[in-house]
Amino acid sequence: MLTIISMMTLGLAVGFVLRRRAMGWVARVVTALVWLLLLLLGMEVGGNSAIIAGLHRLGVEALVVAACATAGSVLGSVLLWRSVKRDNRRRP
Amino acid sequence: MRGSLVIVAFFALGVAIGALHLAENLWLTGVSYYVLCALIFFVGVGIGSDTGTLRSLGSLNRRLFTLPLLTIAGTLAGSAVAALVLPYTAAECMAVGSGMAYYSLSSVLITEYSGADLGVVALLANVMRELLALLLAPLLALKVNPLAPIAAGGATTADTTLPIITRASGSAYVPLSIAHGFATDFSVPFLVTLFSSL
Repeated sequence: MLTIISMMTLGLAVGFVLRRRAMGWVARVVTALVWLLLLLLGMEVGGNSAIIAGLHRLGVEALVVAACATAGSVLGSVLLWRSVKRDNRRRP
Repeated sequence: MRGSLVIVAFFALGVAIGALHLAENLWLTGVSYYVLCALIFFVGVGIGSDTGTLRSLGSLNRRLFTLPLLTIAGTLAGSAVAALVLPYTAAECMAVGSGMAYYSLSSVLITEYSGADLGVVALLANVMRELLALLLAPLLALKVNPLAPIAAGGATTADTTLPIITRASGSAYVPLSIAHGFATDFSVPFLVTLFSSL
């Protein structure tokens, strides 16, 4: 956690120093790193024989939890968004 | 949309490589962490060099920063509903949901507290949540609201899902997304432990 915050802070500082240069390449590096992370995650899942063996049942159960949790959190965002919008209309 | 498909393709390729044991004993587990660190660093560089994003922090409604609380409450409520159709208790489902897409930590904790079966469900459910967040972000931002991709991303909105949220909701939401990621991330070990001990 501390490492992650330090990396972000370091990145912010480096970015701020370089702010007058063309930074288009950063977005491409970020995209490539996201691909690499997902590839590594897949390799971790695929290499775990316990997961592959029970994948059918456990996978369906996991999908139910994931879908419900995601839907619930999206619903939370709808509540907040509506209340903020209403607020903005009252006090522009 | 094409970006999301590429992401799933990389994940599927990884599963195939892992299942075929093409990369056995390969330094693997530690590497993702360093890749994540590098990703965070470059996300930081991108934000730091974009002074417009930094300035937009002040223009956001302060109340939007309560989003992490709503994300957590919604996640827990949704997970409890999932227990209605699954052979697990509401507390077990809420422990799995509390992972908030932070699959590495939540699956390790739940394996420890509740055994490998639920641990695998936790890993898969949280991997799926991250994939759902990546795939649905453009649709959620367009059809629901700009906060929805952030809520869906759970604990990943300061790192892996940040680039796609930036694209979907706009760079004005980057500071909120990062704050949301840190806050929900922080809640994961506490909530997983709490619901596993019920």
